[in-house]
Amino acid sequence: MPSAPSPLHLAVALDAAGWHPAAWREPGARPRELFTARYWTDLVTEAERGLLDFVTIEDSLSLQSSSFAGPDGRTDQVRGRLDALLVAARVAPLTRHIGLIPTAVVTHTEPFHVSKAVATLDFVSTGRAGVQVKVSGRADEAPHFGRRPAIRFRPDELDSPAGLAALKELFDEAGDYVEVLRRLWDSWEDDAEIRDAATGRFIDRDKLHYIDFTGERFSVKGPSITPRPPQGQPVVTALAHREEPFRLVAASADVGFVTPQDTADTRAILARIRAAQATAGRADETVHVFGDLVVLLDDEPGAAADRRARLEERAGAPYTSDARVFAGTPAELADLLLEGQEAGLTGFRLRPAVLPHDLERITRGLVPELQRRGAFRTAYEAATLRGLLGLPRPANRYAAL
Amino acid sequence: MSKPVKQIHLAAHFPGVNNSTVWSDPAAGSQIDFSSFVHLARTAERAKFDFLFLAEGLRLREQNGEIYDLDVVGRPDTFTVLTALAAVTDKLGLAGTINSTFNEPYEVARQFATLDHLSAGRAAWNVVTSWDEFTGQNFRRGGFLAQEDRYLRARQFLAATWELFDSWRGDEITADQDTGVFLTDPAPGRFDHHVDQFDISGHFNVPRSPQGRPVIFQAGDSEEGREFAASGADAIFTRHGTLEDGQAFYADVKRRLARYGRAPDELKILPGVTFVLGDTDADAREKADVIRHQQVSGPTAIKLLEQLWNRDLSAYDPDGPLPDVDPLVGENTVARGRASVRMHRDPTATAARWRALAEEKHLSIRELIIAVTGRQSFIGTPATVADALDHFVQSDASDGFILTPHLTPGGLDDFADTVVPLLQEKGVFRTEYEGDTLREHLGLGAARAVRDDRAGAADRKAAS
Repeated sequence: MPSAPSPLHLAVALDAAGWHPAAWREPGARPRELFTARYWTDLVTEAERGLLDFVTIEDSLSLQSSSFAGPDGRTDQVRGRLDALLVAARVAPLTRHIGLIPTAVVTHTEPFHVSKAVATLDFVSTGRAGVQVKVSGRADEAPHFGRRPAIRFRPDELDSPAGLAALKELFDEAGDYVEVLRRLWDSWEDDAEIRDAATGRFIDRDKLHYIDFTGERFSVKGPSITPRPPQGQPVVTALAHREEPFRLVAASADVGFVTPQDTADTRAILARIRAAQATAGRADETVHVFGDLVVLLDDEPGAAADRRARLEERAGAPYTSDARVFAGTPAELADLLLEGQEAGLTGFRLRPAVLPHDLERITRGLVPELQRRGAFRTAYEAATLRGLLGLPRPANRYAAL
Repeated sequence: MSKPVKQIHLAAHFPGVNNSTVWSDPAAGSQIDFSSFVHLARTAERAKFDFLFLAEGLRLREQNGEIYDLDVVGRPDTFTVLTALAAVTDKLGLAGTINSTFNEPYEVARQFATLDHLSAGRAAWNVVTSWDEFTGQNFRRGGFLAQEDRYLRARQFLAATWELFDSWRGDEITADQDTGVFLTDPAPGRFDHHVDQFDISGHFNVPRSPQGRPVIFQAGDSEEGREFAASGADAIFTRHGTLEDGQAFYADVKRRLARYGRAPDELKILPGVTFVLGDTDADAREKADVIRHQQVSGPTAIKLLEQLWNRDLSAYDPDGPLPDVDPLVGENTVARGRASVRMHRDPTATAARWRALAEEKHLSIRELIIAVTGRQSFIGTPATVADALDHFVQSDASDGFILTPHLTPGGLDDFADTVVPLLQEKGVFRTEYEGDTLREHLGLGAARAVRDDRAGAADRKAAS
């Protein structure tokens, strides 16, 4: 008898009105509410109703644009967004089980601030926080900060020597950034707060640690101002399309998001990440690799394809994405996911093309379908995001054995 | 003609890193767990307070080269906690202290605008400055700021964030599903800010928030701080020990407003104060004495004295007299990362004053520290405290108070249940929120347009 497959992990990526640029015009879309707490709470509670492992929340430090250099002048698409970490914080007290993974742009922010913010998200969600680290090569983001020169390459030059060098620099810095996040989370031992009335000491200072990080671009002394969060270290994730980000996922992340176009591509990407993982000395650690898919889901065969055609007509262009775009029924999507699992992916992050429609088809169509096949949980089985993902609570690197 | 009765503004300070929280009390809970913040916030909202206030500190304090371990240590991230609290409250204002030195305007403006959106108009920013390399060691930029530039950067930071807050007019988004027009401006949020401290331009990506801008608070009693507050703040967070000091400060700051074309009621003056309630006034005084001795233990008294003396005083007896030696003047090397260090601007003069006080009243080190480190405290029965608070406000020593309870998180419960109803009976405190936003609670008008911004005016004034 074949052994039961390990359970599939499922997440959704939330962005504005959905990932299709014309999504906001669909019936059921709530384009006037994109900047309200209720909108985000409704989406995340819906995802939680579907027992999903986590939601990610997109972010950027510039206006959304199809141009790399600045606003593209379009008035027919959603522009403007809220700070993703704070959206997650706003939703946290109103949910109980689902993981919350906001995006943080690491190129222009301070690792000390982001470390304590993600740790605090872990406190306010009692152990459900993560972060998706994202580098910024956008030409229009650097002048928003005025601290570093604008990026020296264009997207179409990524494979040139200059492009590769710039990419390496950005991702090396991101690797340092994640190292600082993790060290700061460890900079307080779990039992550092002693409240010892006899000696008058609130903390045991021997259980607080300077992290003394020195890198190419920055140094950080530590310790954090925030005690070690409930998960010890919140979950670190990153989206990866090519070698440098694969290396970041392999060396620094707990979950990587990848965008294979078919099964052969899936196997090739996984081989590269697993090799890099071994090189980074993490062969024994769990690094989840999730496939990213843009999804249009409808129960009636053909309905999703029709909807896709309508959206493309509205947008005036065929929809393309870095990730594969799926339009079909929940059963067809279940087949595709299990095929990807067979190829080695441990989970999927679905990007709903239209919110809340495609999210609801995930939670009310796809999830029951996977449950019928015994491939997805029927109840939350752990209290923390690490628990849901089968990741151990990390030992503190500074604690004496 | 009698003066109109002023309405009192009340806020709750969630005590962070300090020696005012009596953590050894069996009723003291966590200063980190979110449930503690929820408790205090819900108590404050039940009592119809204007806002909840969080302080900040970006490096663990050190003394004699070691992390300071006698006080409550460790605090969560301000923006994250306040935004989460927006989920469990409806009306309470949410005020956070955010440093203008180790942050960047684009990011801070995004975070406050987001907090304001997600709380439907309840955000406030207490702008503070820092310059020291000690704190800077935790940041990419390091200790890059010369001390004399800290207020310059603070003013320019505030002006830059105002430009960002105002970069969306508020009418750009139409989201018309029929016509397909999401926004009327193809490139909203334009800004261009080139001054000494900032060379930034581009497009802000958060649409205008319900309050337009968060309410701006400023803390600090120095000459620069007063002028900065008068030029651009909506409220000032002070600590003044007596009615007379409070009145002098109040009159001074309110007088400065005219220079910036502002009316006196456009800036609220809110001292940070403590309170102790008892069944009788004598009972409350006794409790207050016990609390002060819990806050200032013998070791704490020595540590606080070292911060002024700038010397190792560990050999001294806290129950004995003050040291004969004088403070070491110059760079402060004993204690780092605490605001009180920088408050001791003239250590020799302060030490002389403290010695005179100790001799006159026969105070030990510990008793002296208890005497000189207390802030304005209202002690007595609920009726006594309600009367005193009202008298303070009606005498123009303040417009209200930021209350710091000595117990986390339940320290405000009794105040909410006993003092607030008495203030309401007097007609000096609201019985229901009249508005939804913090600007409305504080009786402040809508945020002004930035084009005649006050911080910018202050800069031009300072530069001329």
